[in-house]
Amino acid sequence: MTTSALIMMVIGLSVTWGGAAVCIAIAIKKKEL
Amino acid sequence: MKKREQWGTRAGFVLAAIGSAIGLGNIWRFPYVAYENGGGAFFVPYLFAMLTAGIPFMILEFGVGHKLRGSAPQIFAGLSRRWEWLGWWQILVSFTISIYYVAVVGWSISYFFLAFNQGWGTDTGDFFFKTYLQLSDSPANFGSIRWPIMAAVAGAWGICWVVLFNGVKKGIEAASKIFMPLLFVMILIITVRAVTLEGSLEGLNWMFKPDFSALLDFKVWMAAYGQIFFSLSVGFAIMLTYSSYLPKDADMANNGFITAFANCGFSILCGILVFSVLGNMAAQQGVGVDKVVSSGVGLAFVTIPKAINSLPGPVLFGTLFFLALIFAGLSSLVSICEVSIASLMDKFAISRKKAVTIYCLVGIVCGGVFATQSGLLILDIVDRFIMNFGVLAGGLVEIVFLTWFCRLTDFQAHINRTSDFSVGSWWIFCLKIITPAVLGYMSIANLIGDIKTPYGGYPSTALFWFGWFLVGSIVIVAFIIQVSGLKTQGGKS
Repeated sequence: MTTSALIMMVIGLSVTWGGAAVCIAIAIKKKEL
Repeated sequence: MKKREQWGTRAGFVLAAIGSAIGLGNIWRFPYVAYENGGGAFFVPYLFAMLTAGIPFMILEFGVGHKLRGSAPQIFAGLSRRWEWLGWWQILVSFTISIYYVAVVGWSISYFFLAFNQGWGTDTGDFFFKTYLQLSDSPANFGSIRWPIMAAVAGAWGICWVVLFNGVKKGIEAASKIFMPLLFVMILIITVRAVTLEGSLEGLNWMFKPDFSALLDFKVWMAAYGQIFFSLSVGFAIMLTYSSYLPKDADMANNGFITAFANCGFSILCGILVFSVLGNMAAQQGVGVDKVVSSGVGLAFVTIPKAINSLPGPVLFGTLFFLALIFAGLSSLVSICEVSIASLMDKFAISRKKAVTIYCLVGIVCGGVFATQSGLLILDIVDRFIMNFGVLAGGLVEIVFLTWFCRLTDFQAHINRTSDFSVGSWWIFCLKIITPAVLGYMSIANLIGDIKTPYGGYPSTALFWFGWFLVGSIVIVAFIIQVSGLKTQGGKS
């Protein structure tokens, strides 16, 4: 697996799951989730 | 007036929305679309499309459903009596999707049981098309009903009936709380197993290796918007209906972001799973991944079973894969059916139990055509036309109506009043300009494409009856229901 492919995979996973995690954290902070 | 049902928890609503968005397309369509459109570079337009069209549209539907609190026809009638037909159009589109989508869930159920002893044999293509489906040579040549398929489809309808019969909180929410965590765990287990297989890294390289020159290709951007639009369950009343069950002080903006991020993250996870398996298969055959790659029905029921045959521990991998397909399909199916059930309850003032039972019985009878020997061929045509001229065109009309004919700032104020964070001018711009422009272009391009080149090489009579006639009649019937004299109560604002 090339480095560029690995970087794109990590970016894709980070943006989506990272984004979901940040949003869930915001919801938990509001004590609603 | 009877009190509207409500979600028990915020997590329950979010899981149900994610369950609706995550479907068979995440597993069998996204990996191939990404591979075909620039590999890793596809994530640039894909994530851009998610942020500029998918999430804004979803938040808008959450806001409109929550503000108007009704089924789709009730919501549109509440905004303007003359637009009730749009709700019925979306209901009829959802009904049509449900009766063929359930067929694929039925096939997955059959393959789950076959996975215990790899009952599909060594020639998986021959087994699927000739033995299992006994596929005829033409869509018009129905042959006979395949009773093993019909039984599996009836089983899928049975599960759907149980979930919907128990209502929003005890049925859909409870099922989502079981289906979704299990689905994630199953996909994680088989993905971890898949990436440790020989050749998996080469497979991942084929999917994720970026070709940035693809970003200059307009078609790649349209493919990204198409994937986002079809994947997020927006534009055919699901999110309108689901959000109508939210409590008054519920969040909408953050829930939209969570749902979209989880859906897209799940798609990428499925890409890793599928291309790891394809990489292993290619390595064993001593060929490139491009020689074994496929998508859709062919990927799930021909390529993957073939790959499973050569895996160590095929029973565990096979059963988990098809169970994941069943869960992904059922969670989407339930949401698609709920759209029509909510409208039946609103329009005819009947109980949920009665509406669900009638819907499932009608669904089994109408869906029988997809259990015949030409079922796959008809499904292919109906899916193509319903997606392009039902979901896509319906979504376009909806977004134009909501953003240009209604006061979008009212919806914005409603969303911002109770959401974790506010939506601002970017949201307005994306909804008023970007989303209609993209959906409009895709609708016109699809229309011209399908007129110029008959889809899939099918006979023109089959394309007429199962395609053009079907989508045309849906619009006409929607208008007839509106003027039929049966009054729909406008949604509550």
